[in-house]
Amino acid sequence: MPRLSVWMIRTALLHLAIGFGLGALLLAQRGMALNGVIPRLRPAHVELLLLGWTVQLAMGVAYWILPRFRSGAERGDERPAWLAYGLLNAGVVSVALGGAGLAWIGLQFWGRCAEAVAAGAFAWHAWPRVKPFA
Amino acid sequence: MPPLTRWFVKAALVYFVTALLLGILLQAGTVRALPVLQVSWPTYVHILVVGWLTQLIFGVAYWLFPRDSAARPRGSERVGWASFVLLNVGLLLRIIAEPGAALGHNAAGLLVGSAVAQFLAGLAFVANTWPRIKER
Repeated sequence: MPRLSVWMIRTALLHLAIGFGLGALLLAQRGMALNGVIPRLRPAHVELLLLGWTVQLAMGVAYWILPRFRSGAERGDERPAWLAYGLLNAGVVSVALGGAGLAWIGLQFWGRCAEAVAAGAFAWHAWPRVKPFA
Repeated sequence: MPPLTRWFVKAALVYFVTALLLGILLQAGTVRALPVLQVSWPTYVHILVVGWLTQLIFGVAYWLFPRDSAARPRGSERVGWASFVLLNVGLLLRIIAEPGAALGHNAAGLLVGSAVAQFLAGLAFVANTWPRIKER
């Protein structure tokens, strides 16, 4: 497994653990009022599990298993994929913190922008690898 | 395909069908006026996202991710089974308790049990998968 896939999948696993933790707090809150702040964590719960876990896992696995090139770098130019990794995680953390009211609310907008650029950078990297193996 | 993966994937398929059938009920004329269906949107989303999507990922990852070692190719089988059982027990408790609580029944114990079980399932999966994510 290439280094970037290791980073993406391990980071996705961290998002999974934290996202499930937040989900557990939200669910338990419905049964016993633990803390009035907990319902504000819902957007962070969704963000971590949808983008941080599911989307990032898909990106990490795609980077690993999409067809490689016979000549030159086997996975092509890695830089856009690394950029996607950095921007996606910056975006997820920004949206999660902004959504929970733990940071400047405008951070959510810039987080979404980072996520969109991450998607574009990853597509830029992956596009030429979507081809027949031969 | 190892037995644990078969259990994960078949359970995921059951939740997939269940979620989409519930989705029909949530949109169906007079039926959706039933009190239990009016409060079932969060349950529907979690059946789909946890029961189907997450469980399918857990099963396929357990099967296809790189081997941990020759002695323990898929990590700890016990921890893998624990994640399967906890995830499904937690989700089933949620399916019972969440609409019940929304309708005013006392389901605190079930909700907390569901929360704890699903959280532990996630941790078990992460712990078992982490050592298998490594550079060749």
